[in-house]
Amino acid sequence: MTRRLPGWLVALVTGVFVLLHLPVLVLVAYSFNASRYSADWSGFTLHWYARLLERPDILRALRLSLTVATVATVLATVLGTLVALGLARSGFRGKRMVEGGLYLPIVTPEIVTGISLLILFVAVRVPLGVGTVIVAHTAFCLPFVAVVVLARLRGMDRSLEEAALILGADEATAFRRVTLPLLAPGIMAGALLAFTLSLDDFVITFFVAGPGGTTLPVLVYSMVRRGIEPTINAVSAVLVLLTSLTVALAARVGGERGA
Amino acid sequence: MSIRRRLLGFFARRPAAGAWALLGPGLLWLLLFFAIPLAVLIGYSVLHRGTYGGVSPGFTLEHYRRFSDPIYLAVAARTLRIALATTGLCLLLGYPVAYVIARAGRWRNALLFLVILPFWTSFLVRTYAMIVLLRTGGVINSVLMGLGVTGAPLDLLYTPGAVVAGLVYGYLPFMILPIYASLERLDLDLLDAAEALGARAWSRFRRVTLPLSLPGVAAGSLLVFIPALGAFLTPDLLGGAKTMMLGNLVQNQFGPARNWPFGSAVSFALMVVVFAGLMVWLRVRDAEGEA
Repeated sequence: MTRRLPGWLVALVTGVFVLLHLPVLVLVAYSFNASRYSADWSGFTLHWYARLLERPDILRALRLSLTVATVATVLATVLGTLVALGLARSGFRGKRMVEGGLYLPIVTPEIVTGISLLILFVAVRVPLGVGTVIVAHTAFCLPFVAVVVLARLRGMDRSLEEAALILGADEATAFRRVTLPLLAPGIMAGALLAFTLSLDDFVITFFVAGPGGTTLPVLVYSMVRRGIEPTINAVSAVLVLLTSLTVALAARVGGERGA
Repeated sequence: MSIRRRLLGFFARRPAAGAWALLGPGLLWLLLFFAIPLAVLIGYSVLHRGTYGGVSPGFTLEHYRRFSDPIYLAVAARTLRIALATTGLCLLLGYPVAYVIARAGRWRNALLFLVILPFWTSFLVRTYAMIVLLRTGGVINSVLMGLGVTGAPLDLLYTPGAVVAGLVYGYLPFMILPIYASLERLDLDLLDAAEALGARAWSRFRRVTLPLSLPGVAAGSLLVFIPALGAFLTPDLLGGAKTMMLGNLVQNQFGPARNWPFGSAVSFALMVVVFAGLMVWLRVRDAEGEA
């Protein structure tokens, strides 16, 4: 296919790509801007990052975000992988309904999920805090993990597992030595997806956090509401860096799978 | 060992039981922390309002009747307008991008990566980045004033336009990817045939490429329209008080307005619309699968 693309089209698309990436690039650039109030560039500084280290609330929120993301990822990955295995390995009545049902939490507006969890926790008198945040994050990450692992299971060659069984391995051994290693990249991809979803979530966390559950996005939101200041640029840049690292890790895992 | 043997034997004899043992914990979690909360929310929407938030007993449909109040109709209409404008703009900007990527040859993967990349940046951070660009002392105003285009800063933030801009920025990849997927599958021989038969570039596009990419357009439009309808953070940060959408109305009822049943009713209405949209999308996808 060697049809040439018209110049105006290439220009338009280049413009869209710039629009798609400019805001975050500008934000990161301004986290190094010495000027406190104006958008004018008045020199490079690391001052705002140094300020982050003096703010115990930011460091606490960062630590809480990482803790919540880690615990929720482990829970969601284990439960989600089991769900995927249950769905892939059997044909029972209602299976299609369960599969379709997995998409419900994915498409439900976050505000509805958050509000309904808030109602539940208040109704059964569970105090809001780290616990409720972890429970909520596990719930919204689980379907994503299940869907990703299920996709991997569907693409997998079952004959290898059958060969192991024929060669005398019992089911548990065949699962541990054959199925699980083949499934590992899918589980890893699901886990990394869950980790970034949890790390980034604001809306659901906002409703179930309570005073003790201030994750980094919730803190950034309250800082933005209080007034724009350069420290927010620096925290945002840290958040971007954290998810970028996760994605880079995901890309590496994906690369090894390809090799 | 013998217990494990016996368990394995049990599950081997009853595969359905084995499946449910695997599904059980995960589905229980989703039942407890997704399905039951939703059911409680729907239940709350037909109860009386409690004095300090919460609910008091007694069945009523008054919260659903309140939808006909002009104030709330205006919020619903604005939500619909903003979601439609977002979808339209995403289509206008996203289709050319998808088209170019599908024809980009060896650049294809790099360009796709650039489309997916923003997904990995926190939505909150991206919304905040729009504030940095749009606010009175922000980057755009300072560039415009530096160039002498405008003497005084423009009011870009806290307008419906800012909300649409934020939503387009947030959801554009959802539009690009499905359109790309349907364009990528397009049989190029059809275009060669059209050309051989004398169709010019524009008519080749309008009569061959466009109709064949319509399933992608439909999927992309729904993937943008659905989250735009339920938007909360974007209008909250970029819209200000005059650009309230349904998502903000919900939050308001659980916050300062302290009308939990009404907030629940609005949430439920929002979900019904979203699921109707999803059903349409599944139909479209299945139809595409058969084609």
